[in-house]
Amino acid sequence: MDDVLRISILFSAIRLSTPLLLAALGGLFSERSGVINIALEGLMLAGAFTSAVVTHYSASPWIGLAAGIVAGIFVALIHAIACIRFDADQVVTGTAINILMFGIPTLLSSVLFETAGSTPQIPQSNLIPNAPIVIAFALVPLVWYVLYRTPLGLRLRAAGENPEAADTAGANVAAIRYVAVLLSGALAAIGGAYLSIGQSSLFTRNMTAGRGYIALAALIFGKWRPVQTMFACLLFGFAEAASIQMQGVIPHVRVEYIQIIPYVLTMIVLAGFIGASRAPRALGRPYRK
Amino acid sequence: MRNLVFPLIALVAAFLVGGVIVAVIGDDPIETYRLLIGSALSWPDGIGYTLFYATPFIFTGLAVAVGFRCGLLNIGAEGQLTIAAFATACAGISLANVSPWLAIPITCFVAVLSGAVWGMIPGVLKARFGSHEVINTIMMNFIAVGLASALTQTYFKAQGDAILETKPIAVAAHIPRLGQILPGLPARIPVNAAFFVALLVSVLVYVFLWRTKWGYEIRATGINPDAAAYGGISVRRQIVFAMTVSGGLAGMVAINEVLGYRYRYYHGFSAQYGFTGIAVALLGRNHPAGVLLAAVFFGALTRGSLFVDIFTEKVSKDLVFILQGLVILFVAAESLFRRQFERWRETERYKKHG
Amino acid sequence: MLELRNITKRFGNVLANDRVNIAIKSGTIHAIVGENGAGKSTAMRIAYGFYRPDGGDILVAGEPREIHSPHDAIALGIGMVHQHFMLVDTMTVVENIILGAEPGSVASVDFRSAEKRIDALSKELRFPLDPRAMIESLSVGQQQRVELMKVLYRDARILILDEPTAVLTPQEVNDLFQTLRQMKEQGKTVIIITHKLDEVLALSDEVTVMRDGRVVGHRDTASTNAAELARLMVGRDVLLRVQKTAAKPGRAVLTTKNLSVTTRDGGRRVDGVSIEVRAGEIVGVAGVEGNGQTELIEALAGLVEHAEAAGEIRLDGQNVMPLSARHRKEMGVGHVPEDRHRRGLLLDSSLAENSILGVHYRQPAVARPGGVLLNKNGIRSRAQEVIQKFDVRPPDAELPARALSGGNQQKLIIGREFELPPTVLLVSQPTRGVDIGAIEFIHRKLVELRDAGCAVLLVSAELEEVTALADRLIVMYQGRIVGEVDPTRASKEEIGLLMTGGSR
Repeated sequence: MDDVLRISILFSAIRLSTPLLLAALGGLFSERSGVINIALEGLMLAGAFTSAVVTHYSASPWIGLAAGIVAGIFVALIHAIACIRFDADQVVTGTAINILMFGIPTLLSSVLFETAGSTPQIPQSNLIPNAPIVIAFALVPLVWYVLYRTPLGLRLRAAGENPEAADTAGANVAAIRYVAVLLSGALAAIGGAYLSIGQSSLFTRNMTAGRGYIALAALIFGKWRPVQTMFACLLFGFAEAASIQMQGVIPHVRVEYIQIIPYVLTMIVLAGFIGASRAPRALGRPYRK
Repeated sequence: MRNLVFPLIALVAAFLVGGVIVAVIGDDPIETYRLLIGSALSWPDGIGYTLFYATPFIFTGLAVAVGFRCGLLNIGAEGQLTIAAFATACAGISLANVSPWLAIPITCFVAVLSGAVWGMIPGVLKARFGSHEVINTIMMNFIAVGLASALTQTYFKAQGDAILETKPIAVAAHIPRLGQILPGLPARIPVNAAFFVALLVSVLVYVFLWRTKWGYEIRATGINPDAAAYGGISVRRQIVFAMTVSGGLAGMVAINEVLGYRYRYYHGFSAQYGFTGIAVALLGRNHPAGVLLAAVFFGALTRGSLFVDIFTEKVSKDLVFILQGLVILFVAAESLFRRQFERWRETERYKKHG
Repeated sequence: MLELRNITKRFGNVLANDRVNIAIKSGTIHAIVGENGAGKSTAMRIAYGFYRPDGGDILVAGEPREIHSPHDAIALGIGMVHQHFMLVDTMTVVENIILGAEPGSVASVDFRSAEKRIDALSKELRFPLDPRAMIESLSVGQQQRVELMKVLYRDARILILDEPTAVLTPQEVNDLFQTLRQMKEQGKTVIIITHKLDEVLALSDEVTVMRDGRVVGHRDTASTNAAELARLMVGRDVLLRVQKTAAKPGRAVLTTKNLSVTTRDGGRRVDGVSIEVRAGEIVGVAGVEGNGQTELIEALAGLVEHAEAAGEIRLDGQNVMPLSARHRKEMGVGHVPEDRHRRGLLLDSSLAENSILGVHYRQPAVARPGGVLLNKNGIRSRAQEVIQKFDVRPPDAELPARALSGGNQQKLIIGREFELPPTVLLVSQPTRGVDIGAIEFIHRKLVELRDAGCAVLLVSAELEEVTALADRLIVMYQGRIVGEVDPTRASKEEIGLLMTGGSR
């Protein structure tokens, strides 16, 4: 009985960490290039909603996924233009996008389906419960490779640490940052899509429930590195899985206490207690020649 | 005057885009906005509910504004008000046989104190370790909800109650609705004495920031930390101080919510008050007077959007969030346009006068 | 090999380069010398494509060329090693070197060939460099080598180095010179921008002197000497004369013993400075900027982190090293900072609020001692006092500080500090960016303060100003006091020599 419990928690953790991992990897590109991305939450919602709606109408989850990615890129573009072209405060813009995404999907769903935020149920055959998991974990070595072994990755890292050095060396800092932010939109959208057309079969109001912020926390916990971020996401996923499994099983320890452990850990890591967690040096600072 | 014009432009722009969205959905924007504004300004229900919804926005708007004045981004108002609501409810529950003259001040004090502590923690982490307050406050938001939930279920929930809420607080700790004090206002409208507290606190925040040496130090730190240090101000201490005050202000939402409305802690009571506070502070230019106006405006939006939800075909109450998000975007963009405009003006001046 | 012809460049209303003509022969080491603001960095940055000139031409190997960006310059074989390194600390040596010129394909960086090339280059130049090392683990000298390597990796034939020895130890300087000589042997052309004449004489073949945006001389190094170069650099006659009587110095108010400031990267900015400033005298500190003056003043004002400062600072005999900036201000230390926008003003606040910065918790800003509420009338009257006494224009206390001209901003700051009243005044670059009328006024006020018995420590990169005002003149070079002279008797050359590392 215990073995079954343990294995099922493991599988559960992997499934639950998938959306986090996708969003966190997206955030990794953005933040390593120097642009804070608080909007992961809103980007996930954009992806979740769009892919649910399009899958419903097209009966194909792949088309839905593609549409979700496009939505993510589009919303990310707003963030990118505001921050890169206009030097807007990156946290404020990100928060604005999150608030917008709190309302837009619900508004649209009430228009399209006359519901209070939910899209219609999608039949089981049109869901993709496994593909995003594979994508997410396969992305980890891919992201690592792009970041550390390609010219784009090299210049991206330089743009996030010392944009002046990157500029002097001939890299186009603005273009790199645009690419990075749009990429984060795409990946976060996949993470959101997994929630609506993978893990469940519809979109419900505010279904990300803070996962975008948790992904950001996992990214920080993982010191902005792909493999460590993956472990951080697994940790958060495990915490969630354990808390679900434990509901009612252990009466003394409240589920919530386990749920908050990853948050406390993140704060501890951020304060530098578990090794130095150094953000990309130019993170959050707009670059003006 | 210029300070008023630019936020107004942002507002108008946000409403324009919102109107376009409404039109695209298939409803009449003019009609929608008429409903929105009309339902918010009617007497007594419109204004009464508007002020009721505005009250938490005043507190969170002030909280974020004080943080901004010190150069800090307090995204944690949500968690600060949650923990304060919980703590206030606990205090209220345990003050059963106490006179209201004691119960109310004590519970109010608990509200402010618990919010302040919740704000102080990320402040200390930033001052001492340099860790950014944005992530820490977001984490504290989650921790607050989790802690309050767990503790409620373990210790403070009524037996057999299916809803995640605490037992009711002692009657002695109730604060009256305005309808019970003011003639002409029906008591069914939930706007309560906390609104007056909010007004008073707004004045106090103004005095604090602009008429005391403490406020001077906070503002100097926010304007130019290097110059503040030169002026003998300890930037670290100001960070902790500002976050603590900010948290305390956010905590006062509990006065409205727990002592004046639901009389208990209720999981999920906050309809994003903390995040709306950011929009309110930005729109109000981080000044108590502006915050008051912006909070009432957003209160009106909330009230109006509920009406719009019921009485229009397609538009739902989430329009309010869309308008909020647009307002923030446009206000953020506006401050840049202003900067670019001023930079352009300076270069023109240089060219002319050399 | 490289020629700048009639190069002109304007920044706002400052003429940084005024018809600059420099001809650099191939295969030589050419030094460009001048004080801060002489325009040497600007000229070379134009050659490197950082800036576009407003007028003039650049010729490379005899051909006029358009250099619109560093990219173009690199393509022409010009490379630049900047004063402030353009390195990414958390990346490795090889990553930094190949950034922007990565070998291999879009999908894969060929690190191995890069490392091989770097190994070969470093053997050629006889300095060891581990391609895999992280920049942040390297010493400053090694980091500079990485910067050099960046340039050589791109096959630069003309190397421009901007103040390369500013952050090096003497041993590292020797190593660098050896490397540069080697490059010359290999046929490369080296241009070194500096203000240190001893290095110029030791290393270069030819030297061009710039002053105030113009070229004022060109010599073969072998046929000139430090004195002549110094004279060219600092110019001749004093333009300003300050009316002052002889000083009547009293007791020593401010003394330091072996004061040192070491920054986190290990650089010793202030090195064992022992000075004494007496009541009723102005002690001037001359020197090219960047030789420790900034850190000295900040250490005296209490704005340097405890961990970074060592030695003794005594105020009227009491050791104030452990005391905070506020405490020292209460003891009477006034400070007019060199960067008024960064340190001295709250630009978006009113003049009134700026007039109480640093004393905002005392009367008259507050009604009663220890009071919390600000006294609007007290603040206004203090602001009015400062504005009137120090001729701040426009005389409106509610205007934001940003609206004032540089000169008026400076007068406000000076007035604020004068009202303390200070027993010691630390003043740094008091008339930078200030118009002539305000300059005279400020100078007069400083002398008045001295006559009232204050001890004034004046740092200025303007030699005329500091020689005119100071009763005693000390010269700082590389964080040390290298000499003390009588400003009324010492010649410009003598002082210039000390400022640039020469000896009398």
